[in-house]
Amino acid sequence: MQTTRRLWLSQCVGIVALADIAAAQQHAHEAVQSSTPPPFRTLDPATAAEIDAITSQIVPSTDGPGAREAGVIYFIDRALSTFDVDKREAYRTGMAAVQKKRQELFPGSTKIAALTNEQQIQLVQGIEATDFFELLRTHTLYGFLGNPSYGGNRDHIGWKLIGFEDRMVFQPPFGYYDGEQK
Amino acid sequence: MSATFRPSDVVDFLVIGAGAAGGVMAKELSTAGFRVVVLEQGPYLTEKDYRHDEIRYTYQAGLTNDTKVQPITYRKNESEPAKLAKAIMYGRQVGGGSVHFTANYWRFHESDFEERSQFGEVPGAGLADWPIKYADLEPYYTKAEYDLGISGLGGANPFEGPRSKPYPLPPMPVKSSGVLFDRATKKLGLHPYPAPMAILSQPYQGRAACVNCGFCEYFGCEVRAKSSTLVSVIPVAEKTGKCEIRPNSYVRKIETDVQGRATGAVYFDANRREIFQRAKAVVVCANGAETARLLLISKSKRFPDGLANSSGLVGKYLMWDTGGLAMGLFEHPLNEYKGIQVTRVIHDYYKADPKRGFYGGAGLDARFNYYPANFALQGMPPDAPKWGAEYKKMLSTYFTHTMTVLSHSSSLPQLRNSISLDTDVKDSWGLPAMRVTFDFHPDDVATLKWALAKQLEILEAAGAKKTWASGTAVEESMPSVHLMGTCRMGNDPKQSVVDRYNRAHDVPNLLIVDGSSFVTAARQQPTATIQALAYRGADFAIQAAKKA
Ligand SMILES: Cc1cc2nc3c(=O)[nH]c(=O)nc-3n(C[C@H](O)[C@H](O)[C@H](O)COP(=O)(O)OP(=O)(O)OC[C@H]3O[C@@H](n4cnc5c(N)ncnc54)[C@H](O)[C@@H]3O)c2cc1C
Ligand code: SF4
Repeated sequence: MQTTRRLWLSQCVGIVALADIAAAQQHAHEAVQSSTPPPFRTLDPATAAEIDAITSQIVPSTDGPGAREAGVIYFIDRALSTFDVDKREAYRTGMAAVQKKRQELFPGSTKIAALTNEQQIQLVQGIEATDFFELLRTHTLYGFLGNPSYGGNRDHIGWKLIGFEDRMVFQPPFGYYDGEQK
Repeated sequence: MSATFRPSDVVDFLVIGAGAAGGVMAKELSTAGFRVVVLEQGPYLTEKDYRHDEIRYTYQAGLTNDTKVQPITYRKNESEPAKLAKAIMYGRQVGGGSVHFTANYWRFHESDFEERSQFGEVPGAGLADWPIKYADLEPYYTKAEYDLGISGLGGANPFEGPRSKPYPLPPMPVKSSGVLFDRATKKLGLHPYPAPMAILSQPYQGRAACVNCGFCEYFGCEVRAKSSTLVSVIPVAEKTGKCEIRPNSYVRKIETDVQGRATGAVYFDANRREIFQRAKAVVVCANGAETARLLLISKSKRFPDGLANSSGLVGKYLMWDTGGLAMGLFEHPLNEYKGIQVTRVIHDYYKADPKRGFYGGAGLDARFNYYPANFALQGMPPDAPKWGAEYKKMLSTYFTHTMTVLSHSSSLPQLRNSISLDTDVKDSWGLPAMRVTFDFHPDDVATLKWALAKQLEILEAAGAKKTWASGTAVEESMPSVHLMGTCRMGNDPKQSVVDRYNRAHDVPNLLIVDGSSFVTAARQQPTATIQALAYRGADFAIQAAKKA
């Protein structure tokens, strides 16, 4: 077993309800099919824009598409309306604390989304040690790299970045060194 | 073809838990002509239900126990309050842990059964010899390998005990991690060998060979190539027409009569109705954690401290999945996400050696058990940024260029480490929650550290551009997925719970066959030994039942 992952796994508990997953997948399909962005189910658009500003710092869109283009915010919205309903409160209090931090760092500012890129980076540095940031990071990376049927990882943006091919069957050689061996 | 019995039918054997051991028991007993009911708390899923869906199987409980409905509490020692934590993880469905396990299939060594005699006493630990030897189990290891379908190269591990037959299937294709590990360990004078895996390298008994899909550990196999009990022995049991697998049946008590013999078990069905299934004999295969909990819950006037617990040792000597992680980054792509997790192993550091100054040893393997999101969350070096442009850039090479050398190390049996019943927390059926008390022995930690140095040495010899390693805190090793001890096997009823044939000392018609009967933890990968014990236990149960 792989230990650090286990530590992380031990901290996250999700509700498994097949109906919920089916609902999430249904919404994801709707999202993919329509050209206009799908409506949010749990988040209000203003909060969604604020969360999106932070997740876009976790995986920014520099040198190619990032969390925003992958639709991470839609994944988070689905998660909070299905298997992670019990994390809504953490988002509510977590975002309130982030807004407070923004006020502290940038008096007179009104929104995270309206901060400059440098200011946003500074803000994330100010919250990166919190449990809420860990939750955001977890959701962002699952949304960026998880199965697209949950609404994130659109067009396999995340998988393309890391070099993961989504296939059922692979033939050896798989990599450079086992290829060299043949 | 599967049989159906009524609760009032007194079947020959009632098996509790349809996992690695329970599946074997079901097949052996039913093919010998006995009527068998298997009660499994989890659902009956098949390959059609499984998906390549990392969110479902790693972020959510997926195929494993869900602490939302069956909470677990954890404390390091008795003086600490126990807090909610997923300290233990196991497969919860027909097939149990054999469905989603990594499928490493290691036989124990000859020395594993006699470590107390060979190594001597270890202060603070209850190291003991097993009442059986490797030779007693060898025919059953062989039987398991052929019955279930194991791939490997017999004789390639020079440290293994003698085997009566080679593996039924050739080894799995080697991955880049295996090639790098092979080269490096040979350079260091060590003895790498192809990993023995419960996965089909070629078609076998009507099942297809592995297609190297990569979604293996934590996942159910969509092509039935992983040799779980679900796809190997359970279908054979059902075909006899004498065995009923009853899923969604959560046993809450094993019942006994005035003579102290087991009469069957009460369980909650899918609608939470309580049903009593009668049987002539009961076989508990609920794993190294749940078996102890069930026995402790099954209190009665005659057994006030829990069933089969006259020794007071039910739940005691819990042993842990112990191991450390070293990672290496390489120049060229390895694409380790393709194919099974592990392809090469060494056992050079396996045996305990008093010269080291501590008890312990480790088997090391070359592997990769990350999926895309998990890698991004946990697979990167500790000194790497955790977000931002630089992090994103690193992800684009690290995922395909990284491998792991993992240690599987010893876990000493200690009386103070246990499974017990939580006094406050209840599960969603109202039963006392499992309480886990566990901390490492100082020698467990010394072994982890010593092995980590070897792991890093191998990665460096393999030409890694950068290496990094995990820590050795007990919290980092949670949840434990190798559940061993808690109903120790022995000849003396005062010092053990089951005898050398896995029969409870206190209850003549109660068998306990799973990870709980382990006396020592060897170097992890317990499933081959669990299943060999199941074949052996079934053999003796059949002989005894035929005589009676
Ligand atoms: C991610 C992961 C990877 C692993 N990799 C490996 C590996 O590579 N090699 C290895 O050797 N081992 C591995 N293991 C461990 C392996 O899964 C176990 O050793 C093995 O499954 C244990 O067999 P068992 O028969 O003792 O119990 P299990 O297989 O756990 O079966 C017990 C069954 O009993 C059921 N049950 C429990 N309580 C009740 C109750 N009260 N009523 C009804 N049913 C009940 C459970 O739901 C379960 O299905 C891994 C485990 C995990 C989680
Ligand atoms: S890697 Fe092979 S054995 Fe494992 S799940 Fe995929 S096909 Fe099945």
